[in-house]
Amino acid sequence: MLNNNIQLDENGKLLHFLSIEGLSQPILTEILDTAESFTSVTDRTIKKVPILRGKTVANLFFEASTRTRSTFELAAQRLSADILSLDVNASATVKGESLLDTIHNLEAMQIDMFVVRHQDSGSAHFFAQHVRPGVSVLNAGDGQHEHPTQAMLDMYTIRHYKKDFSSLRVAIVGDILHSRVARSQIHALNLLNTAEIRVIAPRTLLPVGTESLGVSVYHDLETGLKDVDVVIMLRLQRERMRGALLPSEKEYFRQFGLSQERLQLAKPDAIVMHPGPANRGVEIESSVMDGNQSVILQQVSFGISVRMAVMSMIVGQSGLHSGGEG
Amino acid sequence: MNLLIRDGLVVDPVALTSRRLDLYLENGKLIAIGAPPDAFKPDQTIDVDGQWIMPGLVDCQARLRDPGQPEKANIESETGAAIKNGITTLCIPPDTQPVIDNSATVELIHHRNEVYGHQARVYPIGALTRGLDGEQLSNMASLKVNGCIAFSNATRPLANNLVQRRAMDYASGQQSLVIIQPLDADLLGDGCAHESAIATRLGLPAIPEAAETAALAKDIELVAQTGARTHFGQLSCARSVDMIRRAKTKGLPITADCAMHQLFLTDHDIGHFDSNKLTLPPLRSQYDRDALRQGIVDGSIDCICSDHQPHEVDAKLRPFPSAEPGISALDTLLALALRLVEEELLPLAELISKLTINPAKILGLEGGRIEIGEPADLIIVDPGIHWICRGTEFISKGKNTAFEGWDLQGQVNYTLVDGKVVYQR
Repeated sequence: MLNNNIQLDENGKLLHFLSIEGLSQPILTEILDTAESFTSVTDRTIKKVPILRGKTVANLFFEASTRTRSTFELAAQRLSADILSLDVNASATVKGESLLDTIHNLEAMQIDMFVVRHQDSGSAHFFAQHVRPGVSVLNAGDGQHEHPTQAMLDMYTIRHYKKDFSSLRVAIVGDILHSRVARSQIHALNLLNTAEIRVIAPRTLLPVGTESLGVSVYHDLETGLKDVDVVIMLRLQRERMRGALLPSEKEYFRQFGLSQERLQLAKPDAIVMHPGPANRGVEIESSVMDGNQSVILQQVSFGISVRMAVMSMIVGQSGLHSGGEG
Repeated sequence: MNLLIRDGLVVDPVALTSRRLDLYLENGKLIAIGAPPDAFKPDQTIDVDGQWIMPGLVDCQARLRDPGQPEKANIESETGAAIKNGITTLCIPPDTQPVIDNSATVELIHHRNEVYGHQARVYPIGALTRGLDGEQLSNMASLKVNGCIAFSNATRPLANNLVQRRAMDYASGQQSLVIIQPLDADLLGDGCAHESAIATRLGLPAIPEAAETAALAKDIELVAQTGARTHFGQLSCARSVDMIRRAKTKGLPITADCAMHQLFLTDHDIGHFDSNKLTLPPLRSQYDRDALRQGIVDGSIDCICSDHQPHEVDAKLRPFPSAEPGISALDTLLALALRLVEEELLPLAELISKLTINPAKILGLEGGRIEIGEPADLIIVDPGIHWICRGTEFISKGKNTAFEGWDLQGQVNYTLVDGKVVYQR
């Protein structure tokens, strides 16, 4: 009944990259290993490999984004793809063109890969179901469902600093209800055999049945942070106050904001992550964000190699060893 | 014109029996069952040979999209689908375009059914408030005279409790039935899937049970206050069944239905964002589905409707949250009913009563029974025929089935309205 294999071919290779759910641990590990091989590329002066030479990647963002979109662009450029970036809200859909028409029109321009962000959960699956065979879809965030490349760059960051997932306690703090990042992270952490995944949030920001995702739920930050190795803070959107989900930013920070003092409750070598963009003073104190336990900026740079890895695996080439010249 | 229908298994939803008998019809009316009346000479004989004869189904909620949405369906296409599938009576909610809040629209519907229809009976349900906007009462008395059988605000819950109370009072004073689909607009929000671990996993905006039950609790209290005879439509929650059961025990003048698909599908069936499973109310949990089935068995839920909502292809060809809700259901109503019998939910005649005599009685309609002197709305069903459900093969203009690929059983060989064969396979 749950056919999630639309993103895999019959040999278990990636055709699309839609959700972490439905993938296997070997694929996740392959993405991380491939990304590692690309990290050296991004450190060089000439930062290009020809894996996607002759291919065209279209960035299709129905929702605003700065960093995800630009890291996808950079990733595609470093793989030598031609790249077309479209701010779709500003063009076709406003004129009443249907989503499918937008996609098919772009297909007519011989696009090989779509990177799509859309406000509807399930939109990435929808696109993947309707593109021509041979055309791939990468999910850059669909509604509140998944944001799988963000989760993979977070996994990359964790592995970079902490090596072995099976001994880690990871806490995800904040607005789980609206977070596609959290959903993808939880699936990925589970697939990588993380010892314990905690989510910490007020009840109004937790969806029903969160435990069923394979996490333990805390409503109290101080208890939840105790002895964790990784703290992932989620962005709190200001509009949540208007929906009566929270009384005020001040009260949220008082209960769920990450301060230096509270970070002491975690392990001394705990790292602090944030998928960005962060609200200083709302979910995270400035001194923590800029502190020596924060790896938030490293996450961004890892994002490029992780996205390169996913793109190259989709075109059937796993990293530099099959990429030819450098 | 004398018609003899010979040797069928007559399913009587009033006596709750199924017996092999002959039926004798004269000028559209049933005049004898079993033994021939004196000097009866049939002009036509239909030899049924053990096939099932039952009253034509009475569907207490089906959208024909006429007037107003010809891209989705129209009276011609949908009455065609109805009679081919054994449905002889269709009650249509007021959210047509324009809304059924004026006599001209009622007359238009009747006229179109006369000219283009396939002789199914079509009964409009009038709007409870003008334009369904929840502010001013509609002209219920005139609408009733013109043929509205009940009044409802469809899926547009009244925001103002005072208006709702007065609308119920007023309808009650006209001896009219009020139909309510309990729904709280705020709790519904932008939700599109049952609030559960599944919606959580899929990241779909959720619809809590309370979007139905909180509204239903208020609605039941207003029934208690006004005494208005009220029918609750398209229930989806276990707790709603409980509330209806308790309210009935207290003697409140209420009845209820649920949609056929709610007795089969659950939120699991959404799978990977299958927009054909997008419904309002949403497909709920297995627990809810089982409670609805229990409600059918113990009579808390009086009838089953199709909640037919045909759509053009484009309406569903969108990501799940942006697709339009509803299922094209006329083509599968009878076969799914027979499947409930097959699954031994209820014996045949009892189950069929939920789709015939019960809705007919609630809505004050003829038909839905096999009785001497009554207009003969009858269907003859071959229960043995298997078919695979394919939306593309539907007679309905809406191909949006939620049962694609299901192996279904039972097909209509004849449909009679007023004793006249209006469909023959």
